[in-house]
Amino acid sequence: MFKRLLLLPTLAATLLTTACTEPPKEAAKLPIMGERDVRPRADGGPADTVFATVPRFRLVNQAGQVITNQTFAGRAYVADFFFATCPGICPKMQGELLKVYTKYAKDPRIVFLSHTIDPAHDTIPVLKDYAQRLGVTDAARWHFATTGAHNEPTAKDTVFQLAKAYFTAALPDKEAPGGFAHNGTFALVDDRGHIRGLYDSLNAQEVARLFVELPILLAEIDARKSGVATK
Amino acid sequence: MPSRSLILGLVALLGTILASCFSNNRHQGEKLYALHCSSCHGEQGQGLARLIPPIAGSDYLVKHRAELACLLRNGQNEAIVVNGIGYHNIMPGNKTMSTAQLTNLLNYIESHWGNKGVPRTILDVQTALDSCRVPQAAEPHHH
Repeated sequence: MFKRLLLLPTLAATLLTTACTEPPKEAAKLPIMGERDVRPRADGGPADTVFATVPRFRLVNQAGQVITNQTFAGRAYVADFFFATCPGICPKMQGELLKVYTKYAKDPRIVFLSHTIDPAHDTIPVLKDYAQRLGVTDAARWHFATTGAHNEPTAKDTVFQLAKAYFTAALPDKEAPGGFAHNGTFALVDDRGHIRGLYDSLNAQEVARLFVELPILLAEIDARKSGVATK
Repeated sequence: MPSRSLILGLVALLGTILASCFSNNRHQGEKLYALHCSSCHGEQGQGLARLIPPIAGSDYLVKHRAELACLLRNGQNEAIVVNGIGYHNIMPGNKTMSTAQLTNLLNYIESHWGNKGVPRTILDVQTALDSCRVPQAAEPHHH
């Protein structure tokens, strides 16, 4: 009882101070995913915080074009991991991404990137057929990309590493349908290569959240481009 | 009237038991579809673009009715045409579903989304399964 009495004024005080000291509401901002590195500055000034970015990559898309981080610089993209013969979650996942794509098909501020985790099977012609069957005619709008366009022996390892960097679990698994176990994560990446949102494509509420958060990121990028915001 | 309320109670109890038996089986096909089929063929059997064929309003179900039980059990690895569009994705089979489950699943699929197949009996489905082509890959060749 005594404790409870003490709690009340504390609570009131907390409420009052937060209410008064809270800065005026800014536009909602998406978090930056991943580890951050705080680097003290040599001149003793405030330390720099270095946020995680997507690692360097070099892929080939369904049109046979080389794509790298630079291809996506200055715009947002949604990334996921699939394989063409996947009988498990992929059709559902790609069907959901198709909904997002359909809404933003003509918006140059955002593009889409699906990585195959089965580069041995998913050759450029297979990826091209897949894209066309999904209704994607312009490879620059939605890339279906491989790490193994030239039969690189390390292609599978490369894409699994990349999946990890996008917070997607992807592993070969004889028990899983199609021979690979993976989850259907969508990663939303900003114009500077930071991952700003992760969404489980198999969960309708998560996909709905992507629809809500995507415009927030686009607004942030717009503001950055017009020089309104500094960060 | 204690005996009357007792009878009423018994009838109600019996009704509950019966209803639960029937409702479980009646929805088995729908549950199996949701579990095994919907992630590819869609919650409404709509398929996915030109990658995954639709089940809703699908002429394939009518034209290949006799083969469907075997197709569900053994999967599909050939190019097929559904409503005039060619598809070539692989469909995995399901060896774990019982004949009764396959029957319920087929009856669900064939009576929804514009499909109007005649209901099948378990015996129909068992007869169809007995005459399935044995998948080539599963046939061991020891001489």
